[in-house]
Amino acid sequence: MDYINAFWVGGLVCALAQILLDRTKMMPGRVMVSLVVLGCILGFVQIFKPLQEYAGAGVSVPLLGFGNTLWNGVKEAVDKEGFIGIFLGGFKASAAGISGALIFGYIASWIFEPKMKE
Amino acid sequence: MNAIKGTQSIAFSESPYLVSAGSVAGKKEGEGPLGKYFDIASEDDLFGEKTWELAEGTMQKLACMLALKNAGVQPEEVRYLFGGDLLRQGIATSMGAEELQIPVFGLFGACSTSGEALALAAMTVAAGYGDLVLAATSSHFGSAEKEFRFPLGYANQRPLSSTWTVTGSGAFLVGKKKSRVRISGVTIGKIVDYGLKDSQNMGACMAPAACDTILQNLMDFGRDEKDYDRIITGDLGYVGQSILFDLLRKKGLDIKENHMDCGMTIFDQQTQHTNSGGSGCGCAAITLAAYIMPQLISGEWKRILFVPTGALMSTVSFNEGESVPGIAHGIVLEHC
Amino acid sequence: MKQQEKEKEYEAYVKEKTPVRKPGPAMAKAFVTGGIICTIGQAILNACEKAGMSKDISASWCSLILILASVVLTGFGIYPKIANWGGAGALVPITGFANSVAAPAIEYKKEGQVFGIGCKIFTIAGPVILYGVFTSWVLGLLYWIGTLIGIV
Repeated sequence: MDYINAFWVGGLVCALAQILLDRTKMMPGRVMVSLVVLGCILGFVQIFKPLQEYAGAGVSVPLLGFGNTLWNGVKEAVDKEGFIGIFLGGFKASAAGISGALIFGYIASWIFEPKMKE
Repeated sequence: MNAIKGTQSIAFSESPYLVSAGSVAGKKEGEGPLGKYFDIASEDDLFGEKTWELAEGTMQKLACMLALKNAGVQPEEVRYLFGGDLLRQGIATSMGAEELQIPVFGLFGACSTSGEALALAAMTVAAGYGDLVLAATSSHFGSAEKEFRFPLGYANQRPLSSTWTVTGSGAFLVGKKKSRVRISGVTIGKIVDYGLKDSQNMGACMAPAACDTILQNLMDFGRDEKDYDRIITGDLGYVGQSILFDLLRKKGLDIKENHMDCGMTIFDQQTQHTNSGGSGCGCAAITLAAYIMPQLISGEWKRILFVPTGALMSTVSFNEGESVPGIAHGIVLEHC
Repeated sequence: MKQQEKEKEYEAYVKEKTPVRKPGPAMAKAFVTGGIICTIGQAILNACEKAGMSKDISASWCSLILILASVVLTGFGIYPKIANWGGAGALVPITGFANSVAAPAIEYKKEGQVFGIGCKIFTIAGPVILYGVFTSWVLGLLYWIGTLIGIV
């Protein structure tokens, strides 16, 4: 069941983003930014958690999840460390994603050459 | 005496000849409908170089050398080279022309540059400042995507209105040496801005400029559209063409019968997934060199109006929210 | 004023003339592509949890594996093809983020380690990180104030 929920909720998020791509002048960059920002806000207003309990990876794999991770990190750090936590939590929580993309992306640049599109 | 015609045109009394042409194309272009006509259609889009930019420079050099070879002319005999491309500071032209050691003018007119180069070359020859002059332009899908859009590996979906930058370079030798094609006149276009800001819909940005230049050409020369066997635009694509027809119809002109667009001719829209068509400085240039020239030489077409179109923008102007104005130059080519 | 009206009119006319993807098929493709990527993510999450990892660590593994897969597919030129078919379905998941880091890294290597890859690796993904971090900071500030005055 969790696979079905992940599939249809994740798919729905992407299908809605497709409308933004095709019908507005947002271009890919702004769509990605919007989803991350939306993810932060959904986390803040405590809607993300129930969504995640229902759909699992369906909401955490899209960039919404990245936003929520940032917010969660900040929240937990504030709970623990107070004011300074606002500055600590975000990067800490999202470290795996950002480091992973940077390190793998950089290694890829050693191995691969740019390719023409077809 | 060369005659100044109307407000924007020149009719040469002693028309310079289009002596020869050279065309170099990339892999996708070689697989397209015009593939068999190109002098060189490379399997390797890098042309043996390290970067897209160097590859583009090499294409331009090759195209110039082919044009010279086809006419049996040595580089030292060429007085000037008018060259241009789409890259920042016209770097592909600089890299390509360096080895030829021909005095060079670097031009920028976006995708209309082939028209700009041909017009200046013809004017130079007609005015007696040179017996042989080269006009060359190039574009490369890899370098243009990198410069104007995204890295090639990026996962973006191309809008249906977008065009595919042609990998190719066309060079033309213009001079007093006799051939079967003459440049009998030129119409230099104005910048026409209808305020459109969509860089992914360049056909719509350029169509008003093409319309303006075609009308001005007919007015300046006192001709009507039937005096041309073909009116050939550079890279309006499917979207731009339908807009051009509408704009001209509003002015009481119907060119549906004898219109051709290089961007629509160079790729097969159905099988090559190029959406609205081909574009870039190379698009009009290699179509003229490889496909249009032979028709003029054989006399299949007696007189055509070649109208390469350009969308004038930079990534900075686009990000700053400026519109994308268009420009188009008209070159009258005649069989002789 | 008149010029602006003319421009608006032309823009509206161009919009009418310009073909757009049929919303049905485009959304369906995005749905399927995005759905499959999320399902794979779910499989990774489930496997990690089965192996006794905490939720947070499982989530990190999930991101990391998907990112690695996306980077490899980008290197082989496969990810752009998936995206060409699946549109937002390939753009919006974390794999799209990874692609937007790997693609410039590969493309700009020709311009050198520092000024090429180093400066340009975040040309596309940078905004995502900036606005994500900034938004979470603003919300964190609100939350901290909330804790001070005791409403949370």
